[in-house]
Amino acid sequence: MKIAVCVKEVPDASAPKRLDPQTLRLDRSVAGALNEFDTHAIEAGLQLRDEGDEGEVVAVLMGPERAADSLRKALAIGADRAVHVSDEALAGSDLVATSKALAKAIERESADLVLFGQQAGDSDGAVLWAAVADRLRLPVISQAASLEAADGKVKVKRQTEYGYDVIEAPVPCVVAVSDAINEPRYPSLKGIMGAKKKPQDMLSLSDLGLSADEAGETGSRTEVYGLSDPPSRGDSQRIEDDGGSAAEKIVEYLSSHKLI
Amino acid sequence: MPTLVYVEDHEGEPVKGSLGVLGKAADLGDDIAAVLLGSGVEPLAESVGAHGAKRVFIADDSALAAPLPQPRVDVLAKLVESEGFDTVLFGASVLAADIAAGLAARLDAGLNWDLVDLELRDGKLVGKRPELGDSVVAEVGWTSEPRLALIRSGTFEPSESGSSPEIVRVDVRLEDFSTKAVMVEQAHEESQGPSIEDADVIVAGGRGLGQAENFSLVEGLAKALGGAVAATRAVVDAGWYPYATQVGQTGKTVSPKLYIACGISGAIQHKVGMQGSGTIVAINKDPNAPIFEYSDLAVVGDVHEIVPKLTDLVQARRGS
Repeated sequence: MKIAVCVKEVPDASAPKRLDPQTLRLDRSVAGALNEFDTHAIEAGLQLRDEGDEGEVVAVLMGPERAADSLRKALAIGADRAVHVSDEALAGSDLVATSKALAKAIERESADLVLFGQQAGDSDGAVLWAAVADRLRLPVISQAASLEAADGKVKVKRQTEYGYDVIEAPVPCVVAVSDAINEPRYPSLKGIMGAKKKPQDMLSLSDLGLSADEAGETGSRTEVYGLSDPPSRGDSQRIEDDGGSAAEKIVEYLSSHKLI
Repeated sequence: MPTLVYVEDHEGEPVKGSLGVLGKAADLGDDIAAVLLGSGVEPLAESVGAHGAKRVFIADDSALAAPLPQPRVDVLAKLVESEGFDTVLFGASVLAADIAAGLAARLDAGLNWDLVDLELRDGKLVGKRPELGDSVVAEVGWTSEPRLALIRSGTFEPSESGSSPEIVRVDVRLEDFSTKAVMVEQAHEESQGPSIEDADVIVAGGRGLGQAENFSLVEGLAKALGGAVAATRAVVDAGWYPYATQVGQTGKTVSPKLYIACGISGAIQHKVGMQGSGTIVAINKDPNAPIFEYSDLAVVGDVHEIVPKLTDLVQARRGS
């Protein structure tokens, strides 16, 4: 089974996040790291690959050149090959533009299964897979809490607000996995050493058959006007449970605010 | 601004989040339509009209019975194009997010998500999206039409303002690839009592309860207050309480009138799911718990002692 896993580089969680005052978008010049949610998708891909006799896991990333470090991490964890979509014209791409470029890159792979993590750790975006699937004209299932593949189809347990659904789709298809699906493995020393030797392709916009105006800000359909402060919650009260009086005080508070 | 609001349905009712978005749309403009996509959804049209839709488009088809996104994208794409809607709004959910993103790709339309407000500024639609753990609010817009938006769940309260709507039936023609994913087994509500998204009062429990059995304290207080029980991700992961009750980034976003957090430290992942609540009361023995930074009433003390007493007092009050 050939599996493409879409991964993203996000600002390192340990670095303070800030917005670029010029673009009003997230400042991505700080140290980057592989999006943690995507490691669950890599793990799911590796498990499916290792169940079968033959298979391949290809990590696909769109991002600036320095995001190659995150792709290398995906290879160190166990992906067999990497595809890096990188072009200056892609900077500032929104969902419409990103899904277009990514779909073109994935199309070249003719994978049986395309996997995503459940969200981007930086923008909290949790929608890309459905846009990519529509462009690829493939079935999509999101929020996969478990994923099995057999007999040319996948069977997914989807987490929703109401509990668990079971959904089946024939391959090729797109599945976004939740972080409850597995415990991702860490890269081994051998994996880290071997990552550099694994094949890595670089693709530009022209390699994908896209023009610069289909990417980046010109290819996007959304914009950011400005920033404002979040509404304040107002004054808050604090009470200590001295001598067991807290419960009475809570009832007084709720009653004076007409909540009981 | 011809606006279409997708109204999601669940177990024969329009979901509250969609109706809230519909109400907001009706505040912003006059030309407001809603669309129901499902099987046996026609009886819901009156209620949808009462919540602000002048026209209700109905695609009632067995192919739309299962809550799957792609057949809905097909119907919506044709509807938006043929009727010339310039704005399409969704109340966020697992299903709605996948529909909105699929539709964005299909129509090459801009999608802004996680919005907590919408306003018209000089005739231009502006959305507000909290970022960086809700420490700042970005004002976002669209560079072309149609404009698609996903509204954070629980943002707007539904209000009954409209009257009987005009009903328009919609043809259902689906793409081949849209019907390939099939529902084998559909989820049934696992939790008992009111669903946390619709509850006016929520009592939530976290790790500070110490063990799964102590959730009975939370359940007791919720029952006394006529509310629902919620849980943090940490305790759901630990298997203490079902996922359907999880509040936070990877669970539900709730905005009850009253939220009582019992033994919850208040990590950012939890905060984003409940900070829209009217009044937040937090009980935690750690005086430095982050949750106290965004609580209206911070109670420093032991949940095991306070919650049972509080339950008794509330019962006595409500019983009298």
